[in-house]
Order: sequence, then structure tokens, then C-alpha cells
Amino acid sequence: MTASINPYFPILIAFVLGLLIAGGATAASFLLGPKKPNPAKLDVYECGVPVVGTARQRLSVKFYLTAILFILFDIETVFLYLWAVLFDELRWFGIIEVGLFVGTLVVGYIYILRRGALNWD
Amino acid sequence: MEGTVGVVTQFLDSNIGVVATLGKIALALAIALQVAPIMVWVERRQAAFIQRRIGPNRVGLFGFKLFGLGQPLADTIKLLFKEDFVPKQANKFFYILAPIVPAVMGLLAIQGIPLAKEIVVGGHTINMQPVSLNAGFLYLFAMSALGVYGVALAGWASNNKYALLGGLRASAQMISYEIAMGLALLPMVFIYGTLDLQAMIAAQSDSLLFGVLPNWGIFLSPISFVIFVITMFAETNRLPFDLAEGEAELVAGFLVEYGSMRWSLFFLGEYAMMFTLSALTTCVFLGGYELPWLSQSELVALLTPVFSAEPATWVASLIGLVVLLTKTAIFMFLFVQARFTLPRFRYDQLMRVGWVYLLPLALVNLVVLALIVGIMRLT
Repeated sequence: MTASINPYFPILIAFVLGLLIAGGATAASFLLGPKKPNPAKLDVYECGVPVVGTARQRLSVKFYLTAILFILFDIETVFLYLWAVLFDELRWFGIIEVGLFVGTLVVGYIYILRRGALNWD
Repeated sequence: MEGTVGVVTQFLDSNIGVVATLGKIALALAIALQVAPIMVWVERRQAAFIQRRIGPNRVGLFGFKLFGLGQPLADTIKLLFKEDFVPKQANKFFYILAPIVPAVMGLLAIQGIPLAKEIVVGGHTINMQPVSLNAGFLYLFAMSALGVYGVALAGWASNNKYALLGGLRASAQMISYEIAMGLALLPMVFIYGTLDLQAMIAAQSDSLLFGVLPNWGIFLSPISFVIFVITMFAETNRLPFDLAEGEAELVAGFLVEYGSMRWSLFFLGEYAMMFTLSALTTCVFLGGYELPWLSQSELVALLTPVFSAEPATWVASLIGLVVLLTKTAIFMFLFVQARFTLPRFRYDQLMRVGWVYLLPLALVNLVVLALIVGIMRLT
């Protein structure tokens, strides 16, 4: 009778269809559009003025520290999801444990806030 | 002739799972692909009304003007016939790949939305959520986060300073908002006790709050709702958080070297993601496809005498789909209204809102709600 499908299988079908739609749209405009390249058109667009330097140079990414903090707090959120699903089974034990866990992170959060890691001036 | 019909019926009967899955995916894809052109028209018209202009109202279909509804069609044809070239300084492979990523992720994310309550066809119950995982809406989060790669990739591959800054800003924005977004939805998980969107919708329709209000998430956890809507704007790169584009200072940011269909693929992805996140908000906070005060099962019971048992579920689900689309349309309206009434945030202000205000607020909300739910349910 009704053979059950793996719940992840529809994702694969949708992925293939999505690729076909997006790839097809790109290919269609590639085939249909005119081809009249000229040096000015292919150049870097910097509001029409001659290009200064290149984009392949080193620049200071100020938020690398924020990125590290993001990983910390994001993993915290993932852990909390596990607790939230099992909220009724873990009962008060879970709530107290999570309270301690969140409390520890809040101490860390206050530390980074006071040390100015979240100032971007 | 009789034989052919019999064979077809038998084929459908034995492969109902596969056929239904393909049908649901096709329905979700059709919705996602229709949202972009319709929203382009809505956005231009609404902008015009806010700015006291008329907006596109000329292009019609078959000789009727239809308030300019033919405009998106004309735009699509124009974009298809535009010259499609790769700038000489760009990294060709990633430049071509970049617009495909957000478009595909947008089309994938929408598959996780429960479109209507299950329908019964020939004795088979069909669940109307194309991708129904036990991980629930975490699938939606994963897909919407992957969409950012397209923007960051476009910024780098274009090899243009403006584009690079736009891509960098998109990633900075992502790391400032995802945490508050995840924490805002956490209380909803333990309030409903599930990650599954359909179970959440069922929990929101089975009883009334204080005997009057529908049991919707927005009333159970209003702060979560507010935080989620704010982060939704940031996640989809929409004003007041569209720093990755920033027409005024970055001349369209990551889009600066893009044109023709590649350019519109970014917008296909953006609108599909806007729709998906709006629908997710609807499912978690506003009862999804359920009407307030009249649940889908009551509706089926009401409709069964009029139609017969199985068509009654089809009609009820159709009503459910319309209800879902209507609620989602309210958020889409909000997106456009915000875009043309609010100024753009500055880069550091945006990160401060995410880290210094929304994150602690979400944490406090989480702890308070955990205590309230614990006291109400466990004692």
C-alpha cells in the first residue's frame, strides 16, 4: 500500500527543482540577451570614475571578535533548544540547570560588555 | 478507455505518497515563484501611495489595465532580454554561483511551511507540509541562514570594493541577529512542548485564552513576537536593516556588478525568504492556517453535511490556505510599509541593537517565561 517516504527526501526533490529553476533562469537570460561587450562595460563599477586600487587588498574586519562571540552564544542557543523540547520530562531539574547555565553565560556577557568588546566606534 | 482509467486510479492509489509529495512541493514552489512578481508590483504601488505618486498603472493584460498588474510580467521579459555578462575582474565561478544560492535556499525554505491542515483523498490522509521533519522549524532556520552565503559570496566574487563591503555587512548583520532570533522562539518551544509547526498550530486552536482570546502565541509571549519580527527584518536584509545594499553609501552593495536575470534571482530569494519568515511568524504566533474561534476540525464538521466527508476536508483546507496567505500578507504589507517610512540604521547602531538590547531582552524573556510555565504546569 502506501510506502512511507523518508521525511528528508522531499528536500532533495525541492533542491533539484530549485536548482533547475534558478539555473534555467540564468541560462535563459544568457541565451536570449545580446552580446556587445566593450572595455568600459566590463570594467569595475565605481560610480563612473577611474578605478583606484583593487578590491583584493587587506582590510580590517572589526567584527572578528563579534564573530567568535556569536559562535559561543549560538551554540548556547542550540543547547537550550534541546532543553526546551524536553521541558516537561526534565521538570524543575531542567529549569534549575538551565538557570545555572544561562547565569554563567550572563556573567560572561556582562564581562565582554564591560570590557568594550561590543563597542564599534 | 475503462482500462486506462482503472490503471491510472490504481497507480495513484499505490503511489499516493510520492504523488502527494510532488504535488505539495509544486504548490509551495508555485507560491514562492508568484510571491516575487506580485510583491514587486505591491512594493512599487505602495511606495507610490506613500510618496503621493501614482506608480506603475499602465501595463495591463489582454487590453485591461488592472491597476498595472502586468508590470511584473513586462519586467521579467525585459530582464530576460538584458545583456548578461561577467565583469572581467570577477571570479567567474563564484560570480555565477552566488545568485543561485539565495534563490535555491528561498525555494527550499518555503517547503517547511504547513500550507493547510491535512486532507483526505481516497482514504489516504495527506499532510500538507511538504517537508515535515521532527526537527520542525529548525529546518527553516538552517535554510534562511544559508541564504546569507549567497550575499557574502556575491560581495567577494564581484571583486569590487562596494560589493565587498556589502557582503561583509551582510555577514556582520547575520551574526548580530541570529542569536536573538533563536532565543525569541525558544519559549514557544516549551510552551507548546514541540518543534513541529503543525502541532504548534493545533495547540493554538484547541482552547481559548481567558475564555475569549484565541490561544495564539502572540498573547502567550508578546515579547518573543516583537523580537522575532525585528530580527526577521534583519534576516531578510530589508529596511531599516538593508545595510548590505545601502543604495545611498554603497551604490547597491553586493548587487553593484549584477544585472539581468542574475540580479532578479537575488530578489526571488529575498521575497521567498520574506514570505517564508512571515508564514513562520504566522504559524508560531498567529495560529497559522486556523481561523480564530473556529478550528479546522469544527469547520470540517460544519462542511460535511454540505459536501460529503472527503471533499469537506478539501474545502476546509482551501479555506485554511487562504487564511494562512491572508495573515502572511499582513506581514508583507508591514515589510513594505516599514521600508518607505523608516530611515536606514547606521552599521554600529544595528549591531548594538542586536547585541546590547535584543539579546539580553530575549534572555530575560526566556527565564521569566520558563519560571511562569514551570509554576503553572509542574506544581
